[in-house]
Amino acid sequence: MMPLLILLGVIVVLVLWFVGAYNGLVNARNQVKNAWAQIDVQLKRRHDLIPNLVETAKGYVAHERGTLEAVTQARAAAMQAQGAGQAAQAEGLLGSALSKFFAVAEAYPDLKANTNFLAIQEELSSTENKIGFARQFYNDSVMVYNTKVQSIPTNIVAGVGHFEKAEFFELQDATQREVPQVKF
Amino acid sequence: MWELIQSNRRKSALLIVIMALVLAGLGLSIGWSIAGEGGGFFGVAVAMIIWIVMLLVNLAAGENILLAAAGGREIAHADAPQLFNVVEEMKIAAGLTAMPKVYIIDSPAPNAFAVGLKADRAAVAVTSGLLARLTRDELQGVVAHELGHIKNRDTMFMTLAGVTMGAVILIADLYVNGLRFGGGRSRDSNERGGGQGAAIMMVIALVLAILAPILAQLLYFACSRRREYLADASSAQFTRYPAGLASALVKISGAQAGKLEVSRALAPMFIVNPLAAASESSSIFSTHPPTTDRIRVLRALTGDVSLAAYEAAFQQTHNGAGVLRAASMQGVTPIEARAAAPSAAVPEPPVLPGAPAMAAPALPAAAQQWRAAQHLVQLSAGYTTIACACGVNLKVPQHYGLPFVECPKCHQQHPLPPDGGQP
Repeated sequence: MMPLLILLGVIVVLVLWFVGAYNGLVNARNQVKNAWAQIDVQLKRRHDLIPNLVETAKGYVAHERGTLEAVTQARAAAMQAQGAGQAAQAEGLLGSALSKFFAVAEAYPDLKANTNFLAIQEELSSTENKIGFARQFYNDSVMVYNTKVQSIPTNIVAGVGHFEKAEFFELQDATQREVPQVKF
Repeated sequence: MWELIQSNRRKSALLIVIMALVLAGLGLSIGWSIAGEGGGFFGVAVAMIIWIVMLLVNLAAGENILLAAAGGREIAHADAPQLFNVVEEMKIAAGLTAMPKVYIIDSPAPNAFAVGLKADRAAVAVTSGLLARLTRDELQGVVAHELGHIKNRDTMFMTLAGVTMGAVILIADLYVNGLRFGGGRSRDSNERGGGQGAAIMMVIALVLAILAPILAQLLYFACSRRREYLADASSAQFTRYPAGLASALVKISGAQAGKLEVSRALAPMFIVNPLAAASESSSIFSTHPPTTDRIRVLRALTGDVSLAAYEAAFQQTHNGAGVLRAASMQGVTPIEARAAAPSAAVPEPPVLPGAPAMAAPALPAAAQQWRAAQHLVQLSAGYTTIACACGVNLKVPQHYGLPFVECPKCHQQHPLPPDGGQP
């Protein structure tokens, strides 16, 4: 009788552990998904802000049509990008087009005094930050999740439940890691 | 990070249980000393009912009460875009599921705090003095520290511990005052009830009534200090930029713009203790570690800004003593710090019309004390205080006579209350 009870106890403990480990993996994977959604939200927000910026700046920077058009084109390309790899590249280009424009805007005191422009600039640089922080949180979440998937003994549960490793989100261009320099 | 929160949570639960036991012991001994053995259980029941009622009141409107007590008002994105954006950025970096509410407190004293029993119903409050002084990077460091408190469940714990401490103090006060003014009754029941036993219990009750509030406060404050370091470490991790918080702390502790009028129980929730001047010394009653010490640890963080690196920096500046739980941080990969953000400091539009945007010039401590004493005398003499928009406080005597008073600095006319300035 006694050995049977011990065996039963061991099985119960094992099942409980399995359930706990499985739920832990599900939580970690959901966090990764949520973090990815956050990045998406902020990228969309950046796309939405740009027409406003172009509209406000148009009248002031008549001689710099090219830089503004580059921003508009980069936005269009980023919105049409398919897949994570292409999107990362297009977003990188959009980021550098924006920072180029803000560098040019430096030479236009009238534009810099426009409160509407200042507000949009705060929104854009904040969105830039949010993209950065969302990426940071996404990568942290991926790291936690991947560690769980790979390490003993949770990797057994991961194998049974088909938990695949998640990919890190890295921007293509190394210079893009830094927030674009917006100077005043 | 998660393991650290879990270990924190276990410890917090233990601490709340100890405080609850102190409360129950107080109830038991008081009840026993008044009405014998049966009264002991009655006393425990009364103590627990008081505790539960206080807890329920706090649950129903906890953050609102606290925010109202500190004089905060909620803002939306349009009111202070930069502050709102910074909070949103840090919400994303901390991975909070819900955006905390954002409050501004009209006070020249630079400070900030977070409240909320649950992470998805939290709120962050900053003073207008803080907004006026800090750059975007510094503000980000401070907000990240506050969101660190929310993420680490410190706000929840502090509310629970604060309520328990409040209940202990309330019951002890009631008992001691009861003894002082109605001592005869307890002697009466002494003869009727348990005799010797009740007399011993009365001594125990007295000792407990005196010691329990002190004990409860010690537990509360000790825990609060450790949490400040953890929130600093979280801030460095969220912003990847410990220098921001460090220079914010320098500015905050250097500013002598007066104190925020808040209750003692609220003090642990602020980024720096609103009731004490910045000092190097740390007593067991301090709610916060000395600010200079926190700055030193943050400045020792170079390159890696993970929690493990913060622990290492702390040990380096404290001769090997640790502050976070090292065991819970194994296998954490280093996190690289980032460069200073571009100084795209968009001037914040005046947030609240009429609020003093800049603080009054700092006064030496002695002058401040003299001012406070003078203020008390004037208050008791029936003076009316009118705060002018330019930051000057006008003190008008009771029998001034005229219906208007002019500000000597900006010459604005202020109407006087018709009752002639009754306090």
